[in-house]
Amino acid sequence: MVTPGADDGVADGLEAAREIAGAVPDPELPMVTLADLGILRRVTAEDGRLVVTITPTYSGCPALAEIAHDLRYRLARAGFADVIVRTELAPAWSSDQITPEGRAKLRAAGLAPPNPAPPGPSRRSPGPVPLPLTMALPTFVACPRCGSLDTERTAAFGPTACTALFRCGTCREPFEYVKDL
Amino acid sequence: MTDDDDFAAYQFLAEETEDHRWAFGTGFSDPLEGIDTSVPAGVDAAALATYCLALGDDALIYSHRLQQWVTRLPELEEETALANIALDLLGQARLLLSRAGQAEGAGRDEDRLAFFRTEGEFRNVRLVEPADADFAELAGRLLIFSAWRLALFGELTGSADPVVAAIAGKGVKELAYHRDYAAQWVIRLGDGTALSHDRMQAALAAIWPLSDELFRADAVVARLPGVAADPAGLRAEVDGVLDAVLAAATLDRPGGAPLAPVAGLAGREGVHTEALGYVLAELQSVARAYPDATW
Repeated sequence: MVTPGADDGVADGLEAAREIAGAVPDPELPMVTLADLGILRRVTAEDGRLVVTITPTYSGCPALAEIAHDLRYRLARAGFADVIVRTELAPAWSSDQITPEGRAKLRAAGLAPPNPAPPGPSRRSPGPVPLPLTMALPTFVACPRCGSLDTERTAAFGPTACTALFRCGTCREPFEYVKDL
Repeated sequence: MTDDDDFAAYQFLAEETEDHRWAFGTGFSDPLEGIDTSVPAGVDAAALATYCLALGDDALIYSHRLQQWVTRLPELEEETALANIALDLLGQARLLLSRAGQAEGAGRDEDRLAFFRTEGEFRNVRLVEPADADFAELAGRLLIFSAWRLALFGELTGSADPVVAAIAGKGVKELAYHRDYAAQWVIRLGDGTALSHDRMQAALAAIWPLSDELFRADAVVARLPGVAADPAGLRAEVDGVLDAVLAAATLDRPGGAPLAPVAGLAGREGVHTEALGYVLAELQSVARAYPDATW
């Protein structure tokens, strides 16, 4: 049932709802929140209902359904009974959208935050494409423990869709790197 | 348990809710939920449905073939890599099949399309059907597939259908990473020992006849100006990438006749190799045995 009063109620609570939604931890990387990762696009009121818009990191990200459930659960606990969670694909998420605070939290948890994302193939210049063998390029990924740049990638893919595996040549510790995308 | 707990993300699973899922990652909802899925004016909805079905089927069948490699790969790192690549493709398949179902407007969702169509109703190219005979075939097929799909998705980022454009925009980033991974292995095997070189060359020779179909004219594409990408227009980019990788890998570009269509029909028209039936038998058996099951 939509009444003007209920609409006002949701609109008044938008700030609180944004804070709650932004603070939801990522299921795969629980040390960072949706706001830290930049996957919370917006929180708005529509016809007395709260609409939370999120974007996936990868097309097949299995965490998306968990995030939507977690959002509904936490917002319901705060009194927002009628919540719609929307997915937005465009513009596609980039690791550049991880906030400075999110990067600091990743580093503190032993994960190397992503370098600036390479220009995507969608932004490439026309004509024959030179082969960008990014895996063959030097990485310049700093070890999250000791800061050394003497690191090597041991595997292009890691335990979640958004990480790769690295090892530090100085402190010898293995670590995960959040892939630049 | 407090909200600060690392496991707070899972806390809601233990609460009494309407949610009857049995594990993390289950209970899939419509992947296009909340996205404006109206078909733009002037776009042939039936053709759009068939086109999305074809691109979704390419990813679905190939993802299943890659999943079959898991537990059979030489190293744990490659298991993780192939599982991740298969997951990306499955994600693309879910989005495209959902888009196909909406454009069709007959109430079929992604599961209905994936599990309850017969062989002749699948629209994937034949390249993705056969099982890889060895790791060299895996690397070679993945290189050809991802180089082609990346070129295709690069074009589709400008599609007049905003949903296709958005799916392509996400996909290009994933496919660029897949192509790099495959290229690294083709170079490593081709420019490796005499044995690995010969096996990589033999693998390419085995796969090559299926590559011509990727650039074949498609009647559905002709009905979707501005929405779909002309397959023939992708050949220059794909050839450029493959030639660069083959040169670095000291491999020869295979010759040999393409696998011909059957009476003018190939994968996009629902005519497939024998291998597809075996893939579908495995992919669909549980859903067909328990049609009301949820997971």
